[in-house]
Amino acid sequence: MRILEFERVSYQYASEDFDIVDQLSFSVESGAFHCVIGISGCGKSTIFRMTNGLLQPKCGTIRVGGIPITQQKNYCGYMPQRDLLFPWRTIGENLALPLEIRGGFSGKEKTELVEEALADVGLAGCRDKMPQELSGGMRQRAAFARTMLTGSDLLLLDEPFSALDFLTRISMQEWLLEQWRRHKKTILFITHDVEEAVFLSSSVLVVEKTPIRSLREIPVPMGKTRTRQDLANPEIVALREGLVDMLRKQVGG
Amino acid sequence: MRRACRGNLPALAFLLGLLMLWQLGAMKVNASYILPTPVQILKKIWELRDSLLTVHLPATMSVTLIGLAVSLLLGLGLAVLMDLSPFWQKALYPVVVASQTIPTTTIAPLFVLWFGYGIWSKVLVTILITFFPITITVYDGLRSAKVEMEELLRTYGATQWQIYRKVKVPCALPYFFSAVKMAIPMSIIGAAIGEWLGAQSGLGYFSRRMMTQLDGAGVFAPIVLLSVTAMMAVGLVSLLEKRLIRWRGES
Repeated sequence: MRILEFERVSYQYASEDFDIVDQLSFSVESGAFHCVIGISGCGKSTIFRMTNGLLQPKCGTIRVGGIPITQQKNYCGYMPQRDLLFPWRTIGENLALPLEIRGGFSGKEKTELVEEALADVGLAGCRDKMPQELSGGMRQRAAFARTMLTGSDLLLLDEPFSALDFLTRISMQEWLLEQWRRHKKTILFITHDVEEAVFLSSSVLVVEKTPIRSLREIPVPMGKTRTRQDLANPEIVALREGLVDMLRKQVGG
Repeated sequence: MRRACRGNLPALAFLLGLLMLWQLGAMKVNASYILPTPVQILKKIWELRDSLLTVHLPATMSVTLIGLAVSLLLGLGLAVLMDLSPFWQKALYPVVVASQTIPTTTIAPLFVLWFGYGIWSKVLVTILITFFPITITVYDGLRSAKVEMEELLRTYGATQWQIYRKVKVPCALPYFFSAVKMAIPMSIIGAAIGEWLGAQSGLGYFSRRMMTQLDGAGVFAPIVLLSVTAMMAVGLVSLLEKRLIRWRGES
């Protein structure tokens, strides 16, 4: 089943004289994990911001679960680059935010859902801590738990690990794969780190040039359960190098 | 508590030194009608305690409180309006700034002519002095809210009102407290200026009456009382702030 569909979608920034996204059509199957890679400024974030409704496309239709997004609310969970935990709220209160906005939860239900989500990301007992007391990796896990509490099946993650140090980042990648296998969500993940893209995705969506007219889908020949050792397979190494070449050509002009 | 006392120790010692210097200097000058000693001032406060505390302090405080309350309402209202609408921001901001170039003390006698010797001419002086810092500071606070945070809530499907309550208000709250702490002493000064220019009661009025009688200590007594009141009020607000605000600025 297709969870996300773009049908001839275009977008133009007021400051530019061309459509950065130009008649783009693509679709995402439910339960997939795709990384979207492309060079900086290629417009991959624009795709995300149209999907979550922060930008309105110039033309075309975006559907989530078969219904145009203009006709629905709360259909996707968006996790931006910075964790954006509100510094005046405890971790528990931060996680409760999407529940407060959706409304219809009693105080007790909220507490239960938050506790459950925290335990799920390995932060049990952090409910009353302030975000400032947590490390970078823990903050990202809390932000992910908050995204999960939007209750959406489609998660849009915009370079969530780019600000983390290398070791934290690779353990967060393994952690995210585990979360994805367990919760059976559909994840779209923006990154410009080729290795991260290959390690995480079932297939990589490459932005080959700007304006974006199509996304090139490149399947990653690894199972759902994978380890970092698999990245050393000759096949995967070749794939990675191919992707790097593809991106470097664009930077070179 | 003990740590707070120790923290203030240098300030207290310095103040004590200054007061002693004053005492010695004033004793040397020996003209208490222009330069009374601190001890004479304290004695005066004690002598006049009845009329100062039951008549004049309440009069000044009611002007201050009414003025402060109106300033807060006006300031918050203007700040929110300017934050919500670029048009009103453009229209109001320069006017608000310009209002501060009016030398209030020179225009205040007119207020007395317009509104009489009653409370409202003084309230107006207070408002004119205090609404500006409140408006500008709270407006800055509302502006300090991060766009990304608003956007995040929008992706959760939040309404404009929910965004205001959950992002803008918490961001502006520390600024609001700074504004109140600034406004309290200013509103007391405003009230005293108003009373100095024309009133039938109040500490400013009292100070002026003593001036005409060349009673130096009598001029200072209400001033000391005003300062102490202002310090206590600011302390109270700081205490409230500490209870309500668990963070200040970005971590």
